[in-house]
Amino acid sequence: MSNSAQLSQRKYIIGGFFILIAFIYVLRLFYIQVINDKYKLDAQNNAFRYLTEYPMRGYIYDRNGKLLVYNEPSYDLMVIPRETKGCDTLSLCEVLRINKAEYLKRLKRACQAPNSPRKQSMFEKQLSAATYAELQEKMYRFKGFFVQKRAVRKYPRPVAAHLLGYVGEVSKNKAETDPYYKEGDYIGVSGIERSYEEELRGKKGIQIAITDVHNKIIGKYADGKYDTMAIQGKPLYCTIDRDLQEYGERLMQGKRGALVALEPSTGEIICLISAPGYDPNLLVGGKERARNFARLYADTNSPLFNRAIQAMYPPGSTFKLIDALIAQNDGVIKRSTVFPCARGYPPMGGKPKCHPHAPVDLIGSVAQSCNSYYSYVFREIVDQAKYPRFIDGYNHWRNTVMTFGPGTHLGTDLPYDKPGNVPSVEYYNKVFGTNGWRSNTIVSLGIGQAELLLVPLQMANVVATIANKGFYYVPHCIRGVGLEKKQDKKFHVKHYVGVQNEEAYTNVIDGMQQCFDAGTAYYSRVPGVVACGKTGTAENPHGKSHAVFMAFAPREKPQIVIACLIENAGWGGTWSAPIVSLMIEKYITGKVTRPELEKRMMDVDLIRNKNLISTEYH
Amino acid sequence: MVQRRNQNSLFYGVDRLSVILYILLVFMGWLNIYAAVYNEDHQSIFDTTQKYGKQVIWILSAAVIAFCILLIDANFYTAFAYGFYAFLILANILVIYIGREIKGSRSWYGFGGFGIQPAEFMKFATNLALAKFLSNQNIMVIQRTGLKLRQIIKHYRNTILALAIIIAPLFIIKFLQDETGLALVFIAFIIVMYREGLNVGFIIFGILTAILFVVSLAVSQIYGLLAVLAAVASSSLLFMKRNRGNIIAVSLVYLAATFVVMGTNYAYNHLEPHQKVRIDVLLGRGEVNMKKEGYNVNQAKIAIGSGGFLGKGYLQGTQTKYDFVPEQDTDFIFCTVGEEWGFAGSTIVIFLELFLILRLIVLAERQRSDFSRIYGYGVSAVLFFHVAVNIGMTIGLMPVIGIPLPFFSYGGSSLWSFTILLFIFIKLDANRLLILR
Repeated sequence: MSNSAQLSQRKYIIGGFFILIAFIYVLRLFYIQVINDKYKLDAQNNAFRYLTEYPMRGYIYDRNGKLLVYNEPSYDLMVIPRETKGCDTLSLCEVLRINKAEYLKRLKRACQAPNSPRKQSMFEKQLSAATYAELQEKMYRFKGFFVQKRAVRKYPRPVAAHLLGYVGEVSKNKAETDPYYKEGDYIGVSGIERSYEEELRGKKGIQIAITDVHNKIIGKYADGKYDTMAIQGKPLYCTIDRDLQEYGERLMQGKRGALVALEPSTGEIICLISAPGYDPNLLVGGKERARNFARLYADTNSPLFNRAIQAMYPPGSTFKLIDALIAQNDGVIKRSTVFPCARGYPPMGGKPKCHPHAPVDLIGSVAQSCNSYYSYVFREIVDQAKYPRFIDGYNHWRNTVMTFGPGTHLGTDLPYDKPGNVPSVEYYNKVFGTNGWRSNTIVSLGIGQAELLLVPLQMANVVATIANKGFYYVPHCIRGVGLEKKQDKKFHVKHYVGVQNEEAYTNVIDGMQQCFDAGTAYYSRVPGVVACGKTGTAENPHGKSHAVFMAFAPREKPQIVIACLIENAGWGGTWSAPIVSLMIEKYITGKVTRPELEKRMMDVDLIRNKNLISTEYH
Repeated sequence: MVQRRNQNSLFYGVDRLSVILYILLVFMGWLNIYAAVYNEDHQSIFDTTQKYGKQVIWILSAAVIAFCILLIDANFYTAFAYGFYAFLILANILVIYIGREIKGSRSWYGFGGFGIQPAEFMKFATNLALAKFLSNQNIMVIQRTGLKLRQIIKHYRNTILALAIIIAPLFIIKFLQDETGLALVFIAFIIVMYREGLNVGFIIFGILTAILFVVSLAVSQIYGLLAVLAAVASSSLLFMKRNRGNIIAVSLVYLAATFVVMGTNYAYNHLEPHQKVRIDVLLGRGEVNMKKEGYNVNQAKIAIGSGGFLGKGYLQGTQTKYDFVPEQDTDFIFCTVGEEWGFAGSTIVIFLELFLILRLIVLAERQRSDFSRIYGYGVSAVLFFHVAVNIGMTIGLMPVIGIPLPFFSYGGSSLWSFTILLFIFIKLDANRLLILR
């Protein structure tokens, strides 16, 4: 046989191989289509019903291990519209207290995109316990309907709403882009719930159930071999002191403003209060949720707005502390430096204005909060001889200020924080024209006015820096994630500010102590505690001045720093200082010895009662 | 002299049976795409926002392409065989730079709403180049003269070059474009090389390697080794004389087999995760989550299995609609056949495809020119590979590899590619009596 003829024989092998494979496939098809019943059974059940087992969100504890948030089970009524033939519509409407038109409307919505008549969609959210019980009894009559278990947040004490944030339904866009979420799922919308969503949400479980033609679940697919368990979210250990937070919220009631307390040695947020607040239990879900949200949203006092990290206020006189530090560091003033004050800043014809007081040195200027003094100080810093161009001096001041936090995002673990504002050279060039402004044009920056804006968290951070004499830790509200209490390393990094000068800090702190001992906060002294503070009265375009007060205590080894701002409440010493004083006393000594002051602060309603606000002076 | 008068006709000598089978398969494919995509909102068959509407456009344009191929002189394909090959190799490399990104890989050229996948067209170009090469060179090794490396290379020079023609596009498509399914198709050309004289040893070696791989993964490495030992020992005792050369040869085979078995886990561990899972699903290894990894195959089997003997009827399928089965209009189109047309319909589809594949072998064998014969075998082999892998994966006999069912699956590139592949051969066959190449 020739080679080519020999090779030609291979056609039989190739053809035979092709036929053999085809034959095997036909046999296999015969097996799965005709002989084996397993797959037919599966298909009769319209494949499977996938029941999502929703995981419990992680619990959140305060710094002393007290519970801030836990979960409560709730039940959603789901529907597969295609399977509702033969459903006892009338009694379902009766149980749900809806009419037929509403029933049809919801069914139609469940059929339209993105829902589908063959897929499950929400019919009624978060049934009440009574409805659920009634429904369960008659479930066999409601073809195409079933109940899905979910969990909603529950708050043992109605506190820290802004800090904890709330959970809401995931947005359509997010559900489409993030494979974890399906429409109707819950997601952290604000606060800790948002920033720690991935830790808190846990892992969904899937149960594959087999149903019969009557929509009854007759068992688990493959004995539950492919089911997965839901895994609860990780617990979070929060830095908040629940009791102090609650006490602070009671002190701040009837006022608009914010109060932030930090532990300077760690940067931990002890309290974060935004007033007016709201009960977080209002926004956990159910039918009331939407109504409550609308009401809170429409409230002219914006209770949903987290003033502590989002409201940008002029810091007022409290800002003088930073000026004092920079000036000493640059060597333009000493402890003994005295500047004239004639009920105002003399070179500018008495503006900014000041209140009557004896001539003061550095210590006195802090204690008495002299506006004239800090107008001089600001111009001394900016107009230093070593900066030939004035804008270089200004940039030196601005850059140093920004190392304290103002004008930057601090990098806290709360979402949506605002950076505040320290105006730039470009900004002033735009407003006044290039070379159209000098240090006297912007002198009110030196006393914390003009375009200078800080959020209360930044104010607290400035005090923490002073208490630490030159550094801060990024303020944060979670100290541990999961049972192992995993810590975030970035919150253990010391941030050194632009003033590293022990003596400068000591002088400023002396002034702040004097502020309590014989200065603007004299009437808010804390019994038995050496506290250091600074008042501020922030002029603003929205009405009366904001009352600002910031303090830390005790002077040696500070345990707590507090910044408090009350909107349109006039002078800082009247309303803000006493509240801070009470908070310090409560935190450090554990009890409050001034019940009448406490009562006066809690009962006053500054939002409604405007004539209680003190007359203004600086 | 009726024939002579018709010699100028476009359809002179065209094999009617192949064309009829082609039309039948394309039409059935379209019916099934319509069934797979069908929903109550879009019922017009020419709705070009829907895939069955687009497929109508693809089918019509494929018909135009088929006509054009029949118009062009058959010598064109032989003359430009290497030209096509070089051009498409270039196009397949360029696509990763200027192509459109779809699902993370760049293997498509975009033209407005339509896309063209150059890898699909690599098949006919490779087939042309291989036919041209093998028609000029002989890969049959008649007699070995020695065992020295230089001699071996000399004997197998042509085999190695032919393999290079196949492997170059395979590598480009697998490693540059990351289209595993399209790349593996080129393995089919081994069948062509076998027909043209490839040493059987290569085939046996390949098959043994595959079997060992499966055995070691599915059962265990130890059993794999024992099986090899038993096979080699028994065969050598039965069939071989005990001389030094054979003892060395047997030892070498055993060593190579050991290497394959031990290397199995290494190779498996270096697969992409999704490929690992596909192998696990096929072999039933370890924990496979039916909701996730095993989902496709399981749903496909449910859909086909639920069809029963006669199927649920056209457009009556429930499993192949509403996304129970993924990719139900492209790679998993066979599920729709299985569910709606049952065992009877599935068998008919398999037989139609097999009929066409065997018909092509018959046509190939009647060619006078080597080029035409080799090209014909190439078409047959590529179609066979697609059918075997595509249907095999839907019924759980093959791992999930994303390649289309010829003429059935939705998609312009694949339909055009198969049409070009087939009709070039039909043209070559039509001219078989006129020209001796």
